[in-house]
Formats: sequence, C-alpha cells, structure tokens
Amino acid sequence: MRLSNEIRIWVLGLSALLLAGCGESTWNDPYPASDAGSNIYYSSFDERPKHLDPARSYSSNEYAFLAQIYEPPLQYHFLLKPYRLVPLSAAEVPTPRYFDAMGNLLPDDAPASEIDRSDYLIRIRPGIRFQPHPAFAQTSDGRYRYHDLSAADLSGINRLADFSEVGARELTAEDFVYQIKRLAAPWLHSPIAGVMRQHIRGFAELADGLAQTARQGELERIETLRQASLAGVEVLDRYQFKISIEGKYPQFHYWLAMPFFAPMAWEADVFQAQPGMAERNILLDWYPVGTGPYMLSENNPNLRMVLERNPNFHGESYPSEGMPEDRTSGILADAGKPLPFIDRAVYSLEKEDIPRWTKFLQGFYDSSGISSDAFDQAIQMDAEGEPILTETMRERGIALLTSVEPSIFYLGFNMLDPVVGGDSQRSRLLRRAISIAVDYEEFISIFMNGRGLVAQSPIPPGIFGHREGEAGINPFVYEWRDGRPERRDLKEARVLMEQAGYPGGVDRDTGRSLAINYEAVATGPDDRARLAWIRKQFAKLGIDLVIRSTDYNRFQEKIRNGTGQVFMWGWNADYPDPENFLFLLYGPNGKVEHQGENASNYANAEFDRLFEAMKFMDDGPERQAMLDRMIEIARTDAPWIWGFHPKAFSLHHRWLHNAHPNQMANNSLKYRRLDPESRQEARRDWNQPVLWPLWAIAALVAALVLPVVWMVRRRERSTAL
Amino acid sequence: MTAYILRRMLYAIPILIGVNLITFALFFVVNSPDDMARMHLGEKRVTEEAILGWKREHGYDRPLLYNEEARGLASLTDTIFFEKSVKLFAFQFGPSDDGRDIGYDISQRMWPSLAIAIPVLLVGLAFNISYALFIVFFRATYVDIGSVVLLVAMMSISGLFYIIGGQFILSKLFHLAPISGYDQGLNAWKFLTLPVIVGVIGGIGSGTRWYRTLFLEEIAKDYVRTARAKGLSERLVLFRHVLGNALIPILTGVVVVLPLLFMGSLITESFFGIPGLGSYTIDAISNQDFAIVRSMVFLGAVLYILGLILTDISYTLVDPRVRLQ
Repeated sequence: MRLSNEIRIWVLGLSALLLAGCGESTWNDPYPASDAGSNIYYSSFDERPKHLDPARSYSSNEYAFLAQIYEPPLQYHFLLKPYRLVPLSAAEVPTPRYFDAMGNLLPDDAPASEIDRSDYLIRIRPGIRFQPHPAFAQTSDGRYRYHDLSAADLSGINRLADFSEVGARELTAEDFVYQIKRLAAPWLHSPIAGVMRQHIRGFAELADGLAQTARQGELERIETLRQASLAGVEVLDRYQFKISIEGKYPQFHYWLAMPFFAPMAWEADVFQAQPGMAERNILLDWYPVGTGPYMLSENNPNLRMVLERNPNFHGESYPSEGMPEDRTSGILADAGKPLPFIDRAVYSLEKEDIPRWTKFLQGFYDSSGISSDAFDQAIQMDAEGEPILTETMRERGIALLTSVEPSIFYLGFNMLDPVVGGDSQRSRLLRRAISIAVDYEEFISIFMNGRGLVAQSPIPPGIFGHREGEAGINPFVYEWRDGRPERRDLKEARVLMEQAGYPGGVDRDTGRSLAINYEAVATGPDDRARLAWIRKQFAKLGIDLVIRSTDYNRFQEKIRNGTGQVFMWGWNADYPDPENFLFLLYGPNGKVEHQGENASNYANAEFDRLFEAMKFMDDGPERQAMLDRMIEIARTDAPWIWGFHPKAFSLHHRWLHNAHPNQMANNSLKYRRLDPESRQEARRDWNQPVLWPLWAIAALVAALVLPVVWMVRRRERSTAL
Repeated sequence: MTAYILRRMLYAIPILIGVNLITFALFFVVNSPDDMARMHLGEKRVTEEAILGWKREHGYDRPLLYNEEARGLASLTDTIFFEKSVKLFAFQFGPSDDGRDIGYDISQRMWPSLAIAIPVLLVGLAFNISYALFIVFFRATYVDIGSVVLLVAMMSISGLFYIIGGQFILSKLFHLAPISGYDQGLNAWKFLTLPVIVGVIGGIGSGTRWYRTLFLEEIAKDYVRTARAKGLSERLVLFRHVLGNALIPILTGVVVVLPLLFMGSLITESFFGIPGLGSYTIDAISNQDFAIVRSMVFLGAVLYILGLILTDISYTLVDPRVRLQ
C-alpha cells in the first residue's frame, strides 16, 4: 500500500512537470523568461575577440563589437554604392588642404610631386558625450572618484559593474589627438603604427621618443603620453583638430573611418591602468569606453558579449538616401527615424555549427551565416544558377542576403623563384598556362558551395577600377562567348607549356618532368581534399605538384624568406580603394626585400611607376585608364592566378528589418530593427515541447523495472538446488 | 601519514620542473618568440620593429634557456625559461600573452566545468555500479550476455555521436532542452541537463563493463562463499561485501580524476557552449599563448600528482590493512 502511494505521488509530480510544459513557455529557450518579447537582438560569434582597444584591434570579428561602441570621425554610408564616406563624430567629411615645402597653400588639383604636406582639419560635432563609465565619476570637489584606488578600494570589485558610481563627459578634440598619440605608443603595438609613421608628421619621432619609456610604470607612461606632443596633430580648439600628412595621401580619409582613429578618453586609460585592474581583467582592451550607440555591458568572451543602448548617445537618424532599388525594397521605410532601434544585443559564443544552425532555425538567433553542412538545407540553385532559398526556409519567412566581399584569395607564384618566377618569357608562359589549367569555377563549386566569384583582376566588384562584362575579363585565361566569360581550352594551356619549353610537362632542357612545390598549411580532412584538387589541376599539364604541407609558422617563414614556389594567400580590404589591392603587387612592397604585403615579390617598373601616380589620383576616367593599364601589365606577367572573391551569404528571420549587406560599414547594428512580438510568436510555434517521448521512456522504465524486481525476488527465494 | 605526504610532495618538485622543461622545449620547438609575436600582432602590416617591441614588452627578447652574455647565476636566471617558470611554483600565473589574467580566467571558468563534470561523475558512478551489480546478480544468464553485448556496443560508439544524437533528439526534435548555452547560478540547470544526460549515457558502456569485471573477480573469492554459507541474501552479499571489497580499484579510478574534473572536457563544452576550461589550453596552443599553455600544463601536473596522493590516502580509509609510511 505504501509503495503504491509513493508511486502515485511520483506519477502526479511527473504529470505536473509535464503539463507545465504544455503552456506558453518553451523548454529549449536558452534565454531568461523575463527577456521574452524584449527588444533584444540575438546573434552569435565563433571566435573570441583578441582586442577591443581601438588602437590594437584589426580583425573583422573584433570590429563587429568595436564599431558599435567607438565612433571615428567618419563612417560609410549604409546604403549607397560605391562606398561613400559620411560624417560620424565629425561635423563633415574634411577636405585636405595642400601646401608646398615653403608652406604656401596649393590648389586642390596641384600635382602630388609639388605637395609637401596635406592638412586635414576635422571639426567634431559638439554635444557628443561618452558612455557612462566609472572612469569619469567625480567626487563633489571635482576629483576623479576612482583614479587613485588602493588594494582595499578594490576588494569586492571583480567586474566593471561593481563600481557603484559612473560619470560621463563631453567629447572634445583632445580625445582624438590622444588616441592618435596612442597609435604611436610602443607598448600598445598598434598594427598601423608602421603605416602612420610614413604619413603623419612627427609620428615617427613621437614613437621613438616613447620607446625610451619602456621602464616606466603603466600610469607613468600614460602621463608621458598625455604630455607628449605630436608635431603633425594639433588641437585647434575644443571641437577642432588638425592632422598634417606628409605629401599627398588621399586614402587617409578611409583611415578616418576605422576604429584606430576613434576618440579615447584619457580618464579611461588611467582608470584601467591602475594596479589591481589587470588582475581583474578590467582592461581597456576588454572594456571599451566610447560614444557610440551601444556600450559593452558584459564581456565574457567564453560565453557571451552583451551590448546595451548607450543612454548618452548623441542621436543619429536612419538614412533617407539610397540606391534606386532601395525605394521599392522597403529598406528606406525607416528613413529619418532616430537610431538605434534595438535596446540590447546578446552575442553568444557558438564554436560548433550544429548548435548555431539549430538555434537559428528555432528562432533563438535573429540572423545566421550558412555553414557548408547546412548549405543544402538552406539554399538551392534556380534555373539560372542563382542561389535561392529552399522551400523550408521560405515557409519560415527567412530572407537571404548575398554580397561579394571586398577580398581576394589568390594562388601566388614566388617571382623570385628561378622556375615559376622571374621576368623571362618562359616563366611567364608557364604561369599563364597554369592560370588556364587551375579551374577556379570548379573550386568554388566544390569547396565553397558556389559562394565565390572568379577573380579577373585583383580588384573586387564594388571597388573603383573593377570592370564588369567583356571589358573586365582576363583575356589570357578567358574568352567572351555567348555573353559570358568562358575559360580557355586546356589545349591552349598545353600549347603555352610547349612554347615555354615544357611539352607535356617535361622540361625540354633536362628531359625530366616539371615538379613544382606548393606551400600549404593543412590541418584537417577538408584540406586534404583541397590539396588533392590542386594537384589534379597541375597534373592536367603534366606538372608534378609537390605538396609541402606544414604548420602556419613555417609557412609564413617560407613566404617571408622567399623559399616557396606556389602558395595560396588572401587579402581583405582595409578600405574600398584600388590602391589597397594593387599595393599587393607593388615592387617596393615586396615581402622578401621590404617585409611588405607583396607576398609574390612581383616587381614591374612600369606597374610601379603607374601605381605611384595612381594612388594620388581622385577617381575618374584618368585614374580608370591608369588602372586598366596596370591590370593589363599584371595579367600579362601573371604573378597570381587571380583566384576568387568570396561571396557572403546571410540569413535573416522575418522579424529582423534593415539587414543590408554593406561590407565596409561595420557599425550596422544601429540600423537594425526588430519585431519582438512576431519573434516570440514564431518561437512558441516552432518550439512546443514534444512530451510523448518522456511518457514512453517512463513506460519503458516501468516495463523493465517491474520484471526485474520480480526476477530478483524470485531468484532470492529460489533454493540453490 | 604526514611524513609520507610531505615526502610525496617533495618528490613532486623535480617532476614539476621536468614537466615544465618538456613543455617549454616542445612549445618553442614549434613556435619561436618571433612567431608568437606575429600571431599576437595580427597578420596584416606587421613590422620587424613591432615584433621586437612585442617581444621586449612580454619578456621574450631573452635567450631561451642559457644567457651567454650574463655572468654567474644570471646566465640561467636571465632567460625566458626561468622568468616564465619560477613564479608558477608560487601559483602566480600572471597575465596571458594577450593581457588577460590567467588566474582570474581559471577561477571563472573552472565552475562551469565542474558543474558538468561532478554530476556526470556522481550519477555515472551510481548508475554504472548499480548496473554492474545487477549484471553480476544475473551473471551467466541471458541478462548478463545481453547486457555485455549492449555495453560493448555502447563503448564502441564515439562520444561525439552521443553529443550530436542527444542534441538532435532532445533539443532539435523534441524541444525539451536548450541545445547549447549556459547561465550563472541555479539558472544553469536547464543547460546542464542535456550534457549531463549525454555524459552519463556516453560513459555507461566502458564504466559498467569495468565495474562488472571488478565485481566478478570479487564474487569468486572465499569470503563471498562464506557470506552466502552464513545465509546472507545475494543482495546483501553484493552490496555489503562485494562492493565494499571492490572499492580499492574503484577508488583508484575515481579519486585520481577528482582534481582533474575542473579541467573540463573540450568536445562537450564546445558543443554545448559551456564556458569551462575544456578549450582553454587548446585555444592557447592555437593562439601560441605560451603563458597559458605552461600554466595549464603545470596545473594539470600538480593536480594529477595531487590525485595520486589522494588515492593513496583513500586506500587507508577503505582498507584497514593499508598503512602509509
């Protein structure tokens, strides 16, 4: 009787638990119930950001957070193409003023050779305030509340949120100048310090001077940095400062749109440099202090990062201007409305594709990329070979956005190598033959699910200098047939091989098969398939491709020392200017001799001369003609097999609005708008717990346990014989 | 016993120095300080000056093991090895090469790892021992044969299969638990249910088979026959006598892993989004963060030694014949 009562209680308890699941709530919701229906954007990241200090950060996964928090003087227009710079914290886009060596003002169209310096006068918008932060908190007598903390003051403090008081202040020109000086600070190891040394007046002298402070304590050297002067950067008044650039450097505008030039409050630097802060991971590299629409309220990169609306945000409006197609697409529906729309953004760490994809399908992430495993589930090709969503995705109201990234992945020849490199006709013909044989259309189809565009030159679509259609094809590799580019026949490549002295892949001079080394960083099974594919491409011409697989360190070493022959490499644009791609082929930028980014060590006197002229020019027909010639030279010499420009595919749920693929604007969170009610409804529909398996398991357990109990009792009662 | 423990702790010192030296050698065979600098400075626009600056800032501008330019003892102490190793013995891990405090990170990340590892260990232990005793109770019957077949099948399946299968069935198909994620405090329970179930099920095959073997070995001994001859029921024989006497090998397996529990599980934490220590060392190796690698290897070695000492001590608790001298 007692046993049956107990069973009854258990059954009732279990029933209550299961019935609780039949209500409104979903059991698999990873977020607190209190957040249901809130205006919170949910997304994920797969690699924790290394740096969140704008002087150090240089990766797209870091910019995803940083760009929402810090506001450099300029930003990219959200909708307009080609990419256009518009003011952000600056009042307007600055126009450089040119001066000759005598200090005389030159006209805007003065030749670059006459320009000794360019001055950028930047006027910032008054009234911008930093986010609330303990670094700004002050006592009643005006002293900083948390700038002289002792060990006792820090007891019980583990996170930034543990400081009870916060403050804020207005952004001034001094904050921009302080940040530019930080770029020169040797202890911050800013990745662009080397570039800025060449361009900002006095930058090198400041950096060299600060190198002497190596033995100073953190607070001491911050004070030294504050007091130091940078000859080429000057505060003119509370809201204006001037940057003097050596000679002419039109690309400098673009740097002003990157977080490197976002303002930094010295108070934040001092606050987080105090003894005891590093032990609590309260570092400027982990807790950004900006003026943007969001502030980082939780930084646990091993779990989640949370951005909250900055209550001090100065305000900005949704753009009213767009491309002609934007008028009908609905992306301008919010024109003129105040930004940002979303209150909070929660980014969860998801290292694996399966949970990330499942959560997106369950409605727990608002947008998602598409992993290779999930590609067929999400995308199918239409009759024209264009990617469209599958029926399942369309039923859920998911939208697909695609765009070509401003990047290039190429197969580089080491031009210092005696076989594949050099300026001889023999090696040139060999490179052209290989360029035909390596079928990148197939590569994109097999390894990238079609998410790429074969490159015809180093310049991706959307960047000035790129040409579409017949005018844009590489005539050494493609022919224009039936309104589209078609790869030249392999026979032509074989003829080129013969002309180069390698008939059938055999060196006519030595009588031996041509063997070429391919430098690779291979780690997994996917890599093995890729390597097999690349070997097959070279084998079409009878070339024996020797795969020299190694770790990343040794691979880089080979490229640095110029001991490799063929390798795959890539570049992601810093800014949307052809200079940022063609400098990868500029001779004085060679990797071996100059430690530059020209990994194939290509050098062509005419190309270099044209590059030096082109980089100073404004976009226009003259610059286009010059770019055409440069590309023609590079195609003729073929130091690269041009490879491909990756295509970004992203999926968005129906409740997320204003998702627009802008590959240069990283600060796009402020434009996004949510319909939380629609999301909540969908989550409820898609995630109702299925309870019958629990009942089935309970029944199965009972079906197993009862006979077992019976068997045990029977066995115990039985006699030995 | 105190003398024994002290002696064991002293033995640990040369072991830890050796482990540290091997870690150091292996790490720097693959990664030079220049490689580390390049990795930390990023891939674009890295200059030689920046590399030199980074090495100077992080103390990697010294010789690795022997400083020819220094005199006397300084030739050994003014080296990367000494500078980076000596503080470990005081458990001062210092900052990682990207600036985060290692001790702080470990103290934050060990709890989620423990939150999975302890329930998996305890529930798994209870289930596996009970199941093994049950099989032994029905030894040499179809229940025994059927169970062994089932266990061999279960232990032949990859752990990853249990994880992906568990996520698919419980979260994707039936919507009974979040597929991944974590929360602080008591709110963590709904994220732990799935990984704990998967962890326990994944361990049943090997665990139960191991305990079954132990119990079968014990059950053939004379004291069991005596207990039965005295009229004790089979249940009492198994739970009181066989289990008690099989505790030494069980403890050997369990106590030694206790300190290592908080080091976490790489795959489980990665798939379930648990912010534990499982991936800390692997991520550090990929990021060429020597500060974390040496700290974690050192900590792992310390914990392993601690586990072995605890095992020895536990023997004295379960077997009165064992004395530590």
